[in-house]
Amino acid sequence: MKHEEKHISSYSSLAIVLVVLLALTGVSVWVTGFHFGSLAVVIALLIASIKVRTVITYFMHLKFESRLMKLMVTGVFGLYALVIIITFVDYYFR
Amino acid sequence: MSVSTNHEEHIDSETGKLGMWIFLFTELWLFGGLFLVYAIFRAKYSADFHTGAAELNAFIGTVNTVVLLVSSMTVAMALTAVQKGDRRLALFLLLLTLILAAVFMVNKYFEWAHKFEYNLYPGSEVLKNLPRGELLFFGLYYMMTGLHALHVVIGMILLSITIVKIKSGAVNSERFLMLENSALYWHLVDLIWIFLFPLLYLIT
Repeated sequence: MKHEEKHISSYSSLAIVLVVLLALTGVSVWVTGFHFGSLAVVIALLIASIKVRTVITYFMHLKFESRLMKLMVTGVFGLYALVIIITFVDYYFR
Repeated sequence: MSVSTNHEEHIDSETGKLGMWIFLFTELWLFGGLFLVYAIFRAKYSADFHTGAAELNAFIGTVNTVVLLVSSMTVAMALTAVQKGDRRLALFLLLLTLILAAVFMVNKYFEWAHKFEYNLYPGSEVLKNLPRGELLFFGLYYMMTGLHALHVVIGMILLSITIVKIKSGAVNSERFLMLENSALYWHLVDLIWIFLFPLLYLIT
């Protein structure tokens, strides 16, 4: 059976990803110290989303998976975003 | 006479991984539902959620975030090690992941125990007499971190099974789906914590 060339992540690239994630964690802790009010929620969730994207792309190897897999993951997160939007629209405008 | 089939064990790791991802989607929705409940009640009782979140120890939360992020890297590195055929390094990295997971759980224990000392546990009289929003905050806090902790424990069991399979040679540089899927599960545990941490601990 023919095997596709498997991508093997290098140790150094994984270590770099960790450094980026730790830096982002540091930023989110630092930023919340300013008490931006409701803006803080947006910033914290924005940073969390970047972190989640990074983990999925590199640690979970999605970058090197099939197109179908990428489409499915994007679809599920997109659907969830839609559910949040619809719920909040309902909550604020009912 | 039996027909001799050139029996070649066929393992479709792509499909196996696809199945794992689909399972992870259901997990995302499980926590996603809780996040949604949290978001709505936070909007409704923002002042109470403020007070509740201020009670949480942001330092322990930050330490646990770092612990989980590092453990996510070690498990990803273990996969690299297995793919490269370096069994000893893979075992070491997985053991390190398990230790980090245990550190997370010990921190969680101290965090919860500290709250229990102040009678802040689900169903306690103190909690029942708190304003409605704070009651909801602590209810969601225990529900979400508890469910997450359960996932940490399940992840530890999966990683332990993988360690045994690497030792026995069932997981090797040719066949490593078990490790890939346990690693995916472990990353999910990390993903959920990435959202839980700012929502519960940081936004006060």
